[in-house]
Amino acid sequence: MALWVEKHRPLSLDKLTFHQGLTDHLKQLAGSGDLPHLLVYGPTGAGKRTRIAAVLREIYGPGAEKLKVSQRVFETPSRRKLEINLISSSYHIEVNPSDAGIYDRVIIQDLIKEIAQTQQVATSSARKFKVVVIHEADALTRDAQHALRRTMEKYMGNMRVILCSTSTGKIISPVQSRCLLVRVAAPTPEEVVDVMGLVAKKEGISLPPAYARKLADGSKRNLHRALLMLEAAYVQQYPFAESQDVVLPEWELYIKEIAMAALSEQTPAKLMAVRKQLYEVLTHCIPPTTVLRTIAMHLIDLVPESLKSEIAHQAALYEQRLQAGQKAIVHLEAFIAKFMSVFKRHRMEVD
Amino acid sequence: MDFFGRPKTSSAAEKDASKSSDAKHNERLVPWVEKYRPKKIDDVTAQEEVVQVLRKSLETKNLPHLLFYGPPGTGKTSTILALTRDMYGPEAAKTRVLELNASDERGISVVREKVKNFARSVVSRADPRYPSPPYKIVILDEADSMTVDAQAALRRIMEKYSKITRFCLVCNYVSRIIEPLASRCSKFRFKSLPREQAVARVQHVASLESVNCKEGAAEALVDCAEGDLRRAMMSLQSASRMVQNGGALDEAMVVELVGVIPSSVIEGLRTCWVGADSARIQEAVDELIYCGYPATRVLSQLHDLAMEDQQLNSLQKAKIAMSMALTDKALCDGADEKLQLLDMMMQASQIAQKV
Repeated sequence: MALWVEKHRPLSLDKLTFHQGLTDHLKQLAGSGDLPHLLVYGPTGAGKRTRIAAVLREIYGPGAEKLKVSQRVFETPSRRKLEINLISSSYHIEVNPSDAGIYDRVIIQDLIKEIAQTQQVATSSARKFKVVVIHEADALTRDAQHALRRTMEKYMGNMRVILCSTSTGKIISPVQSRCLLVRVAAPTPEEVVDVMGLVAKKEGISLPPAYARKLADGSKRNLHRALLMLEAAYVQQYPFAESQDVVLPEWELYIKEIAMAALSEQTPAKLMAVRKQLYEVLTHCIPPTTVLRTIAMHLIDLVPESLKSEIAHQAALYEQRLQAGQKAIVHLEAFIAKFMSVFKRHRMEVD
Repeated sequence: MDFFGRPKTSSAAEKDASKSSDAKHNERLVPWVEKYRPKKIDDVTAQEEVVQVLRKSLETKNLPHLLFYGPPGTGKTSTILALTRDMYGPEAAKTRVLELNASDERGISVVREKVKNFARSVVSRADPRYPSPPYKIVILDEADSMTVDAQAALRRIMEKYSKITRFCLVCNYVSRIIEPLASRCSKFRFKSLPREQAVARVQHVASLESVNCKEGAAEALVDCAEGDLRRAMMSLQSASRMVQNGGALDEAMVVELVGVIPSSVIEGLRTCWVGADSARIQEAVDELIYCGYPATRVLSQLHDLAMEDQQLNSLQKAKIAMSMALTDKALCDGADEKLQLLDMMMQASQIAQKV
């Protein structure tokens, strides 16, 4: 049984519900028979992949949905072998070069050049070009992005690149200037409610509007997450009650506990206790940036007004160090310690 | 710079087109940036000094090693390609010019083998209709992304084979070329295009491609590209696909297309500063992240606005600028956009409060 998120994913441009203006633009682009390189960006759960898949379907027809997964071996200049998973149909190919870490440049150079240099064999096919979809393009190294520059211009005749990323900040400007930028904003809570209503109707369950609203707020405007939460709530208790709790992911509750702990007591002993909790979160593969951000957001909500900007500043500082540094736990712990010291001083001043 | 002086004579475009049965369709797929590259050195107009030197070298058949540097989209690659074409003619240029760029493997081994082999090979037969001086040209495009080792390996090669091979290095940042290499070349700085010339080019291409441009659209394209003509061209081509059905391209469409954030959003951020209400700031930053606007872009537009704000005094502006600079650096290091923006906004708000 497929998850509702997958089961009810809209497959064509006509079935997309929100961002009507954007959909019209995409339809016009796909319909004109000529597609520029695209850079699709927006927060997670806004529907970037869904839109890319829909555009491909619009261009190539249902054939673009027959996907197969294959493995390919690439060889780096230092003769190391890399195995990369490719998802491909006969018209397009999807890669996630961040799997290859610092060797992503090799993949870009080999794979894209290979695809770009072969022309579509069937002359009857409507389109003369193939499409390469690169997911998580913001994780590409600088080298790989530089390698893209000329390739994108040179082989434009028989290949288009669609880059998919959460932000354009980490894409170098020469690559950006070669693409048409497509921004996919997160849906508004009302739109999330609408989509959940649609899914509920298809599944034949009744969803009271008040509860739907509650779920939408809990999802933080992430549609993917909203639908997962809806399904989880359905499994937990049906029919829905107005008072029913929204099922939040366990790790989020746990992180909230950490924030509460730091707020309740500022002593070295507590710091040690928090440290254990932080390790616990990290061993469950929650990205350290997410951990720090979530803790910081909880703390900012809970501290008095005069402290908020100080906490935000410290959070920003330690998060930056976390990016530059090697061991996440050191920076997370340092942030908690800093917070404790700031907060304790504040409390002493008030007393 | 005249990228576009001779429309539709592009041999590359024609060749592409003739290969395919559907010639017209294919021609449309050629990026206009390639299609309207200058084909002759005389077509290049904006960079007078460079053009003058190169024209002289065509007459005297003598050419030093060259180092072109300058911001992207100012015609560095176009100039050297036009020069080789003028020098050898389109046919002989194929055998006499080696062009390598960052999309090719370019480590030290390639310099040692490919470049060296090309550099020491015998000069091929000349085309009598062109000046054809007795040397070959190696173009190293995007040379600033070459490793230091690879650059060092070039040093001796450049000297040893200088009789039969000339090098042209093209890069954005001359500081990333090692000193021994830079001193072997005559350096030319390419400056950003003057606004009027860039606008004129955009309009020229738009009319050739029969794109209907409203008043102000071409200006908006150039302004958004920040002096990068290639970027303006790419934007124009992308935009043209959206207005196929007889519509006209206007300023608002251009702004949306190139990813400029609507000024109302930025203005909304600035008004958050007054009042020091952290809840409102948090809300505004959340909204920004949900909408997916890139933080670096927000920062630069907000900076422009803050520096012209009448209500802030110079000291406040300086402090805000400093906070923005630190945020920008952090973003470059890959820090989290939300936390950084929140921090910057809260600091700016505090600064704006103090009189």
